[in-house]
Amino acid sequence: MTIQEIENQIISEFANFDDWMDKYNYLIDLGKSIPLIDQKNKINNNLISGCQSKVWLRAEYNDGKIIFTADSDAVITKGIANLLIRVLSNHTPDEIINADFKFIDIIGLNEHLSPTRSNGLISMIKQMKLYALAFKTKMEAN
Amino acid sequence: MIFDINKIKQDFPILQQNIYGKPLAYFDNAATAQKPKVVIDTVSKYYSEENANIHRGAHYLSNKATESFENARKNIQQYINAENSHEIIFTKGTTDSINLVASSFGRKFISKDDEIIISVMEHHSNIVPWQILCEEKKAKLNVIPINEKGEIIFDTFEELLNEKTKLVAITHVSNALGTINPVKEIISKAHEKNIPVLIDGAQSIPHLKVDVKKLDCDFYCFSGHKVYAPMGVGILYGKEKFLEEMPPYQSGGEMIKNVTFKKTVFNELPFKFEAGTPNVGGVLGLSAAFDYLNKIGRENIEVYENELLNYASEELQKINGLRFIGTAKHKTSLISFLIGDIHPYDAGIIIDKMGVAIRTGHHCAQPVMDWFKIPGTIRASFAFYNTKDENGRLTEAILQVKKMFG
Repeated sequence: MTIQEIENQIISEFANFDDWMDKYNYLIDLGKSIPLIDQKNKINNNLISGCQSKVWLRAEYNDGKIIFTADSDAVITKGIANLLIRVLSNHTPDEIINADFKFIDIIGLNEHLSPTRSNGLISMIKQMKLYALAFKTKMEAN
Repeated sequence: MIFDINKIKQDFPILQQNIYGKPLAYFDNAATAQKPKVVIDTVSKYYSEENANIHRGAHYLSNKATESFENARKNIQQYINAENSHEIIFTKGTTDSINLVASSFGRKFISKDDEIIISVMEHHSNIVPWQILCEEKKAKLNVIPINEKGEIIFDTFEELLNEKTKLVAITHVSNALGTINPVKEIISKAHEKNIPVLIDGAQSIPHLKVDVKKLDCDFYCFSGHKVYAPMGVGILYGKEKFLEEMPPYQSGGEMIKNVTFKKTVFNELPFKFEAGTPNVGGVLGLSAAFDYLNKIGRENIEVYENELLNYASEELQKINGLRFIGTAKHKTSLISFLIGDIHPYDAGIIIDKMGVAIRTGHHCAQPVMDWFKIPGTIRASFAFYNTKDENGRLTEAILQVKKMFG
């Protein structure tokens, strides 16, 4: 699936929720569902700064595609990380660099984009795009 | 005047609104307090009718603005009972006031191997300026420890005082824990060894009757915005003997008497420390806020806030799994807590959605969070316009958090 197709899928899932409580219950479920990152990769080097909660993000390059894994000590942040990974992971650096994340606004999580939230959504997106750029540069140099 | 909570709440326009379809319960007063209409009107009137640059023009408006500004200084002097009005320096806020002292006092009085004492529970703004100063001067920063209730350990403080100590800089009330420190005792102990004391009053001026003469503190700093006045204005109170000896902080207009390219003669107090055009509207707003608080009665405020603190503490203690951070015997109306193992950030999002404004995080006091080995807390800080009903909304929000994350 393309990034756009996954985003559309998430948008239709969120359309089923009646209110904020349903939406957050879903994010909490996403945050609790699976360990997103290997325990051994929860190291300071993978920590993203600028968040109220701790967020670890790791990127691996495999056969032209980037695989992201992440974790957070806050459940809602982890749920949001889960969504971002679902959208971006297993795509090429170019696809990730060009992603516009319009779905965040459409599913009503834009309040988490406000800098005062410092919940890591902005930092996560920025870090994911930086990884994509770094892998792209490395790939082109080789 | 009888303390009528319903009438008081009407004085604050911002509290009349709904957020997320629910009436706003504002419990983030330690971050910033809301403004009564009389303060908003004062600022508005100043810009509508009186605005002019002060201490300069010889025209009608300038004279009028200057008079209002200097009357405000006297009003603030009386409010904290300072000896002289020129001991009241207008700044941008507490942070600015502390930086002024760290820079000016530091330049004059701190040298290599000197020592400065702070405490574990300081806000970053009463840590970092001293850290920078100590690094520059190769001086030493000593830290008073606390006990598990969040009270300073007085014996250790006494042991830290020695002939190398040049300043004690301590908060009156902790912004993260609500602890009221025994500043009078701290000051008298330090003065026995002729050591001056700076009090960070950001969290005490909104709640306690502060008398700088009685306290005998050498510096007292606070922000307007936490005491129902506009943002961007604050006070440094300093004893004349120190302010006279300290060099200017910032330089430019207003703070000079005479400038030639060879030599500048600095202005006298308080203008020596007030470079540039001040926040006149903010200063008038602060003065109006103090008039308002006097009208309600500072004793009434203290009594009501204490009652609210006791009520809220009892109510929250009924909820299973709450861990309270900061349980000092003497506290202002502030409760810091954690809900089981739930991350404060997660709790904060849900509590916000319930129309209750609280703060989560380390509250710009990371060292004290590290001391308790926690990432942060949920902090509900009450003002005299908060009600017991609103506290019920907080309880309800906490139960919702437990339900969603449990």
